[in-house]
Amino acid sequence: MSMDVAPRLDTDVLLDDPQTRIVVCCGSGGVGKTTTAAALGVRAAERGRKVVVLTIDPARRLAQSMGIDALDNIPRRVEGIGGGNGGELHAMMLDMKRTFDEFVEAHADPERARAILANPFYQSLSAGFAGTQEYMAMEKLGQLRARDEWDLIVVDTPPSRSALDFLDAPKRLGSFLDGKFIKVLMAPAKVGGKAGMKFLNVGVSMMTGTVSKVLGGQLMRDVQTFAAAMDTMFGGFRTRAEATYRLLQAPGTAFLVVAAPERDALREAAYFVERLAADQMPLAGLVLNRVHGSGAEQLSAERALAAAEILILASDPADPADPDGPDDQDDPADPEDALANAAEGSDPAKNGAAAENLADGGFVDPPSGNAQARNPSAVDPDVSPTSADSSAERLAAGLLRLHAERMQVLGREQRTHDRFTALHPEVPVAQVAALPGDVHDLAGLRAIGERLAVPPERANRVAG
Amino acid sequence: MSRLHVVSGKGGTGKTTVAAALALALAADGRRTLLVEVEGRQGIAQLFETGPLPYEERKIATAPGGGEVHALAIDPEFALLDYLHMFYKLGSAGRALKKLGAIDFATTIAPGLRDVLLTGKACEAVRRKGKDGRFVYDSVVMDAPPTGRITRFLNVNHEVAGLARTGPIHNQAQAVMRVLKSPQTAVHMVTLLEEMPVQETADGIAELRADGLPTGGVIINMVRPAILDHEAVEVVANGQRTAVAKALSRAGLGGARRGGMAERLVDPLLEQAREHAERVALERAQRAELTGLGVPLHELELLTDGIDLAGLYRLAADLRKQWPE
Repeated sequence: MSMDVAPRLDTDVLLDDPQTRIVVCCGSGGVGKTTTAAALGVRAAERGRKVVVLTIDPARRLAQSMGIDALDNIPRRVEGIGGGNGGELHAMMLDMKRTFDEFVEAHADPERARAILANPFYQSLSAGFAGTQEYMAMEKLGQLRARDEWDLIVVDTPPSRSALDFLDAPKRLGSFLDGKFIKVLMAPAKVGGKAGMKFLNVGVSMMTGTVSKVLGGQLMRDVQTFAAAMDTMFGGFRTRAEATYRLLQAPGTAFLVVAAPERDALREAAYFVERLAADQMPLAGLVLNRVHGSGAEQLSAERALAAAEILILASDPADPADPDGPDDQDDPADPEDALANAAEGSDPAKNGAAAENLADGGFVDPPSGNAQARNPSAVDPDVSPTSADSSAERLAAGLLRLHAERMQVLGREQRTHDRFTALHPEVPVAQVAALPGDVHDLAGLRAIGERLAVPPERANRVAG
Repeated sequence: MSRLHVVSGKGGTGKTTVAAALALALAADGRRTLLVEVEGRQGIAQLFETGPLPYEERKIATAPGGGEVHALAIDPEFALLDYLHMFYKLGSAGRALKKLGAIDFATTIAPGLRDVLLTGKACEAVRRKGKDGRFVYDSVVMDAPPTGRITRFLNVNHEVAGLARTGPIHNQAQAVMRVLKSPQTAVHMVTLLEEMPVQETADGIAELRADGLPTGGVIINMVRPAILDHEAVEVVANGQRTAVAKALSRAGLGGARRGGMAERLVDPLLEQAREHAERVALERAQRAELTGLGVPLHELELLTDGIDLAGLYRLAADLRKQWPE
């Protein structure tokens, strides 16, 4: 095959390397980023490292799976870590407001800190609008690193493209601090007052008038008090942002871009890869979650569907009660129709949006409405097949249709993955086989960690 | 009837696709909708297979029956200048503000203001009337931030009205809140039949209700057909194994004897069927959970080949059939 083959990302090598001190997981929402961060934490701890996982807004069940219920901004030790290698896992959820408050308290004298914390403008800023989370996550990372209590920090990032906004923080803060706007803001006596006019050029005085007009007098005063109180801190803010930026570029840091094998997620992944490269951030590779495999890959979707078709046709004449073939929908209890219709795709609009999908796919358009009364089941064992053969044929057809669906998914995933690899052949990839359900406990996280380390069969074949 | 449709949902559930399909559906029969993007991802342009959208309302699709979908990707920076111009007639002063770094301040350092601008712009489009005194858009559909942020996002003006207790910003914030809390607005959630998105949907709806924001429906996206359930799989596994192998063989898939291709297919096919059945059972539980939320449910099927323009129109037609008039 002439297709580019991505090198395999070996997460165990990454986690085992004592030089690796920070792992940052980024990617678009819904790709399993937080789960990946947690699973990496569990695996690293069980391989002997002292790990802290910083999660941002985790799903409740996931947080509980690590035994953290409270959003208290304090790393807690996770019980039940095995391995016997002396490893430890600590986990915490980011409390944005508290992190911001602590930052203020650490960087301003007590009186000033009180003024800032009481300022209404600050209070709403810190409560976490878009953007604050990204900055505070990085601030927290800097703090954890500075404490030096853990030899590995695994960080989750906020679920948006702006997750990488923190990379811009030093620049933005810089342009803001060096700009005139802050000086204008911080000249309360001059704002709107004629006395101060001569000290300002015409452009700036127009500005102060404008700003005051737009914001309104009282908000203007709040912003001014805030800006004045924050003045001493902004320097600290910029220094910290710059320090974190350098920390992220340092050799001990590894970025993992997390994605699912879907077009949008991989497009976002490509964006992250390019963005990290532009900022010279060390990318370790791509974690591709929820990759599907099949134990019967030799059987193509087309062939499976054709075989299913043959089986349905073959079992048809055996059922004299159903002379009109599989399109006949008069008998809602006919399992043949059930399979045929289910395979054609459900039409939720037909049965009402809230209808059970099985009832929907299995018993389409029940004229007597009796489908609601029965336990929905695509193949009802109570309905005796006309012969053992035709029952087996229908079941086999169902298995084949499922397989065809699976092979279509595989094909689509492979194509999107190939597209990414064509664009970024240098990025190592770790594929994680899909789990049928969600993760609820440490065992689930451990299973993900294993899947991360041991690639699915298909990945082996591709890589080998 | 709602005219502002705010579409939220957990990341990865297909929020942008559903918002686009809804905009198309609501534009049917000669109506006009505006599809608004607030997160700067240009997802709408990609869906409609056009180049990146500028900060400008432009027609991007024609709906069945002659309707029109217009789209706008809101850029916070332009929105602020626009806003300053609209309310204060600031042309050159706006540019000067930009030079001073004030725009940077407003849109990044004070990120709350970004949300103010985004919601403000959407509400302005909802209220806008043409020369004939009729609304310019019959409905506005917003591809909104994800579930975890939606309540705060929509409530930002409430917060701002508290900060600026008088003056033009206060009045503007109040006006926006009035639209958002009125029956003119409906906040819809997109979910999959999976545990985490369903949980987030339930949490999101509870939050919206607690803050008095109007909830709309839940759109279950990417619904897959249920082909076999646990019982069927167990029937095969216990006793029908040979019969199934023979059936596969009759369908031309090789020998049914031990080691034959048909026989070797049974186990992997069964394994897939088990996973499928497990998912079907999980989905049933999730569906029950959603039914308990007491909001209208809508369903969109999974398009196995991914979403292209034709697929988008198909979803729109599906949604149209299910949408209350």
